[in-house]
Amino acid sequence: MTDITTEKARIGAPSAQPFINGFTEEGESLSPVNAAESKAPLAGDAVKRHSHGGGVGIPDSSRAGRLTSYQLADFKPLTGMEEDWRFTPLKRLRGLHTDVLNGAAPSVAVTAPEHVTVETVGRDDRRIGSAGIPEDRVSANAWENFSEATVITVPAEVQADGEISVVLTGQGTGASAQHLVIVAEKYSKAVVVLDHQGTAVVSENVEIVVGEGAQLTVISLQEWNDDAVHASSQQVKLGRDSRFKHIVVSLGGDLVRVTPSARFTAPGAEVELFGLYFADAGQHLEQRLFVDHAVANCKSNVLYKGALQGRNAHTVWVGDVLIRKEAEGTDTYEANRNLVLTDGARADSVPNLEIETGLIAGAGHASATGRFDDQHLFYLMARGIPEEVARRLVVRGFLNEIIQQIKVPAIEERLTAAVERELAATNS
Amino acid sequence: MSTLEIKDLHVSIDTEQGVKEILKGVSLTIRTGETHAIMGPNGSGKSTLASTIAGHPRYNVTSGTIRLDGEDVLAMTVDARARAGLFLAMQYPVEVPGVSMTNFLRTAKTAIDGKAPALRTWTKEVKAAMAELRIDADFTQRNVNEGFSGGEKKRVEILQLELFKPKFAILDETDSGLDVDALKVVSEGVNRAQAEGNMGTLLITHYTRILRYIKPEFVHVFVDGQVVEEGGPELADRLEEEGYDRYATGAGAATIAAATAAAQA
Repeated sequence: MTDITTEKARIGAPSAQPFINGFTEEGESLSPVNAAESKAPLAGDAVKRHSHGGGVGIPDSSRAGRLTSYQLADFKPLTGMEEDWRFTPLKRLRGLHTDVLNGAAPSVAVTAPEHVTVETVGRDDRRIGSAGIPEDRVSANAWENFSEATVITVPAEVQADGEISVVLTGQGTGASAQHLVIVAEKYSKAVVVLDHQGTAVVSENVEIVVGEGAQLTVISLQEWNDDAVHASSQQVKLGRDSRFKHIVVSLGGDLVRVTPSARFTAPGAEVELFGLYFADAGQHLEQRLFVDHAVANCKSNVLYKGALQGRNAHTVWVGDVLIRKEAEGTDTYEANRNLVLTDGARADSVPNLEIETGLIAGAGHASATGRFDDQHLFYLMARGIPEEVARRLVVRGFLNEIIQQIKVPAIEERLTAAVERELAATNS
Repeated sequence: MSTLEIKDLHVSIDTEQGVKEILKGVSLTIRTGETHAIMGPNGSGKSTLASTIAGHPRYNVTSGTIRLDGEDVLAMTVDARARAGLFLAMQYPVEVPGVSMTNFLRTAKTAIDGKAPALRTWTKEVKAAMAELRIDADFTQRNVNEGFSGGEKKRVEILQLELFKPKFAILDETDSGLDVDALKVVSEGVNRAQAEGNMGTLLITHYTRILRYIKPEFVHVFVDGQVVEEGGPELADRLEEEGYDRYATGAGAATIAAATAAAQA
């Protein structure tokens, strides 16, 4: 691309574009909700010290200092000024941050291969809370309001034959809460597909535990109807020598905000976080990820790619990677690439890399937002390729890098077709 | 036998200072089997002519015609011109993200021929052409022009020329930025395509260097948007010795002076 802007190794680099009214330009503004009187276990500075003793939060510009709590009351009401909400149009959350989430949650239909267990459990099940603690108000609101959870377990040493399909179908526009737990026990291997569709206003917590030596892939597809609102906190805890691959695909919905967090708890683990999003006119697709290198000798690789078209199509990508003092031998790279197809769309991209030790194997980040412009079009057309085909060729190629990571043929085909449909809309 | 006929072509562009006329009445006829060189100093409008033939939207044709075997080229879209048999080897080939060379070459060939090439022979053909141009085999897996060096980009342009088999090839300063070895390789590619006997070539260049490898029958000297002198290969030899300076004191300078006077009036 000719007019590409590339940023490498600028720590906490803010977006190059002008900011939305009322939003702060600080890449790392302090979290006002990190109140000293918080009773939350693992809150604030406790997280940073990695103790589990019920710490007291101290405002901190580090991602490590962010408040985490199971209690909604620990999070102050949102104003839109918070670092982690500054890009999100709160009005369009349709009450996920303010209301009691008592609407009907999306229905859950699981198809699982042999040996995989699927249970519906109550709030007091011991596995709830095993991988995550809410990191923001909307997630805490779901935690406080969910009535039952779906727990999927891949038992130790089971190699699941074929993917585990979880179809979540929206039940309407009542603000609702959802909870899923996915456990891949030690030395197991599985692929889980979370397939979000229909119309919903839902805050969802997905807890993922990857046991010692386990290999798990979780694919989260957001192919909602145009009016859906979805906030999804997907937190994964990685055991020793485990492998985890996460693929987030957001195509449909009015507002979709996915916040994956990966935490290493023992050495030797590897995580790959991939994402694909395609925003049309008026859509807000946001992804904020966090990789917490809390222990030594772990590896992470992040690549999110997005395409945008139409007036007020807005995408946000924030990638927080933290390499703690203990995390010697870390190897990490994160990148975000956006392709803006038409005027009037906006892509925000903020890679944040915090490094607290120099004894690492590698750490890097990159962000580039380019336009599909007249020069590309002219070049391809000058070789006889019609305009519509040229446009498709570019976008398909650009996004295919993520699609081919899925490795479930039926889903790859479905997403390829979905991207084609998005592109057909460009020309109408 | 095909004919590309350019008649009294006037072309302008929109600049911040207003409309600027770049080509001021260019006439030129090229037939299959012929090689024409257009030479001239920087800013004389050579590349504008090339881009206008290909249909770049930046250039507005205010009057004149371009006809390919009698068909009105100016009425065609950019892709239709390519399918009609015009090929522009660009001075600055564009990097196209996300599209592999393999995919691009096959898609373009399919568009130009109106049908997909037979896979087995096509792959062989691409491989052979790449080997002749000394392009590494792994280029097929890379995105179009992405991360290619200047010389690699030019070779890939000529690769396309050889594979797409156009009726007329327009080479826009293909020689600029090439070292001697690359220049040779690229020139041989053009000569191979020309030797097949179904193509005419319009070679646009600032330097005479490439004319040691590609021999034009006709040389046109461009100054200030017009052809100021035409001749055979001997004209190129003379330019090599004397450069463009004599035009600055001759017809070209007169035109420039007239234009300046007009602008000030």
